[in-house]
Amino acid sequence: MSTMLPFAQIEARPNYLNVDYGWKSWLFTTDHKRIALLYLFSITAFFFVGGAFAVGMRLNLLTPDGLFAHDTYNKLFTMHGIIMVFFFLVPSIPATLGNFLIPIMVGARDLAFPRINLLSWYLYIIGGVIALAAIAQGGVDTGWTFYAPFSSTYSNTHVILTAIGVFVSGFSSILTGLNFIVTVHTMRAPGMTWGRLPLFVWGHYATSLIQVLGTPVIAITLVLLGLERILHAGIFDPALGGDPVLFQHLFWFYSHPAVYIMILPGMAVISEIVACFSRKAIFGYTFVAISSIAIAVLGFLVWGHHLFVAGQSMYASVVFSFLSFLVAIPSAIKVFNWTATMYKGSISYETPMLYAFGFIGLFTMGGLTGLFLATLAIDVHVTDTYFVIAHFHYVMVGGMVMAYMGGIHFWFPKISGRMYPENWARFAALIVFVGFNLTFFPQFILGYQGMPRRYAHYPPEFQVLNVMSTAGASILAVGYVLPMIYLAWAWRKGPKAPQNPWNAKGLEWEQSPTPPPTFNFETQPVVTEPAYNYSGEEEEVQRG
Amino acid sequence: MADAKAAVAVHDAGLRHHFDDSAQQFQSSTIGMWVFLVTEIMFFGGMFAAYTVYRGLYPDAFASTSRFMNVTIGGINTAVLIFSSFTMVLAVRSAQLGQKKALIIFLVLTLILGSVFLCLKYVEYHEKWVDHHVPGPAFQYADSRYFHQAQILFFLYFAMTGMHAIHMIVGAGLLITLIVMAARNSFSRGWYTPVEMIGLYWHFVDIVWIFLFPLLYLIGRPK
Repeated sequence: MSTMLPFAQIEARPNYLNVDYGWKSWLFTTDHKRIALLYLFSITAFFFVGGAFAVGMRLNLLTPDGLFAHDTYNKLFTMHGIIMVFFFLVPSIPATLGNFLIPIMVGARDLAFPRINLLSWYLYIIGGVIALAAIAQGGVDTGWTFYAPFSSTYSNTHVILTAIGVFVSGFSSILTGLNFIVTVHTMRAPGMTWGRLPLFVWGHYATSLIQVLGTPVIAITLVLLGLERILHAGIFDPALGGDPVLFQHLFWFYSHPAVYIMILPGMAVISEIVACFSRKAIFGYTFVAISSIAIAVLGFLVWGHHLFVAGQSMYASVVFSFLSFLVAIPSAIKVFNWTATMYKGSISYETPMLYAFGFIGLFTMGGLTGLFLATLAIDVHVTDTYFVIAHFHYVMVGGMVMAYMGGIHFWFPKISGRMYPENWARFAALIVFVGFNLTFFPQFILGYQGMPRRYAHYPPEFQVLNVMSTAGASILAVGYVLPMIYLAWAWRKGPKAPQNPWNAKGLEWEQSPTPPPTFNFETQPVVTEPAYNYSGEEEEVQRG
Repeated sequence: MADAKAAVAVHDAGLRHHFDDSAQQFQSSTIGMWVFLVTEIMFFGGMFAAYTVYRGLYPDAFASTSRFMNVTIGGINTAVLIFSSFTMVLAVRSAQLGQKKALIIFLVLTLILGSVFLCLKYVEYHEKWVDHHVPGPAFQYADSRYFHQAQILFFLYFAMTGMHAIHMIVGAGLLITLIVMAARNSFSRGWYTPVEMIGLYWHFVDIVWIFLFPLLYLIGRPK
């Protein structure tokens, strides 16, 4: 069996990395694993661009009177949001880990449409370059939400160019989702039934549904916005007879489900990690799988909770409030089931598991504060305050980025064929956790005390908490730079990874060589057991 | 690896390396196309939502602007498109039966009908241009009460029919590609997936028009 080969032979064996080295073999590849790496590197670049804007904001907020002019600060938070949402969070896990792993996890040689997969990366890059060009020309100041009529009539910044960048990269997201849906439907290996799919695949399937159904709506919304801006014919500007609330409805019809694009793949990663490092099957597999779909479906019914103070009908708000509470049910199912999986498990504390712990705790806080915001009266009190900022950063950064980092570490041996330095990685995970909490927990208090978001200046009594937040952000930055350094080192110099360093279940560890060959498997993979069959390890099925 | 190479050596026409067989590939293409059409529905759906909202807000202005819609051309175009769907179906059938000559004839007919639609659409747009009914700085409207509101209707008219026309142009390009491929004997009874998929696309674009025509031309039209 291939998994028993000595290291020397593993090295000699052709894999997707050493099969070809020229730049053409990367830029014209249709191999989902190479495209995943193209995405990984470009997304990392955008992460640091978006992070640089965050650094600017936190520096500005060190003192009540600020460091930058108001206009500059407006551009900083706008570009931080746009880069992080559209060019980092939305593609983060799906386009990198999802792209790399989904075909292997379902036992296929590639995604269903490899050339469309490559096209999606090019669209992402074109969209990203357009957005960067807008930034280079002076940026945009509308907030990442592009609210009309400010964006369509009054803003003097590069709204259209930025919107084109977001529009184009949206199609990259649609194509990724389309590819995943078709792959999961048609490319599963013999024995890989829906009930045996890894939860990673279920989570990505749910994500893809949102990408496919939601993204076109923001695309057309941005088109209408751009046309209004060019023609000065008011479709959203109330001075011209338009309806600005319609813009918010259309925007959030995508952008609320989109925040589930930014968390479902994280949950997908955590399910894999928790099962592996607890050495147990996921508790209530079916519930965890279906809860992903439930989150995706409910996600389309709650957009109105962003419009509680926007002049939306009060009756509509009550319904949206109620529906928003329903999202807590599938989310809680996941958290409880991960916890139940760990119960009496034989837990070990490798880096991915540390990130998973961080995810579960921080996501729980982010999710519960989401319930505060779904409550009509409380939402009115904290609308557009730092409470909202803290809430969604607990989900997006405390949740998604934690899961992303955990996933990168978990599958790093699979992707690179080498091991990362475990103790450095544990240290970095700890730094991220501490830095994150110090950055964002004070913002809950600031928001509850009434500090509004998106202002460059604030009253002096808020300074202590803001200084704490900035201090935390600098610790967080160290926590993100460290893995960059040791992972880059490990990629070249790390010790060779064994076939299955975590002794994990799943086709990607058990039947696909590490690192995988171009077509992923040497023989047709066959699935003969349910997912996460950790208890049945001693009776491992003999193959070949 | 040996298995994969053997499979490559004997595969059917048009089968790509990562699929096990033609049936799997055809199923993938079909699901992929339908998912794509769902994204298209959502894309147009945003504009239909905007239309619904403004129709509810400004019913009088909408009644007043609908006098300027050219129902004759719109009606002819509806018939042209429905007929083009028919020729597209016949093209797919010819592809299934492996009849190359009939396939090319029906594809060309579909292309001609699509072009007729676009030419008539141009005539309509030109009328609006001459009447200063194109939203923008030059927009004029006889009934000054409805200046802004009428402009929103024409905005939606141009956005919806314009987006539809762009899809028609893309469809025409795809038809030309199919004709070239058919002439080069790319299709066989075993592999005609592109004809089938572009057929689905063409029908979708027709159906969008079937909704646009009554909404923009017929509803609320003064007798």
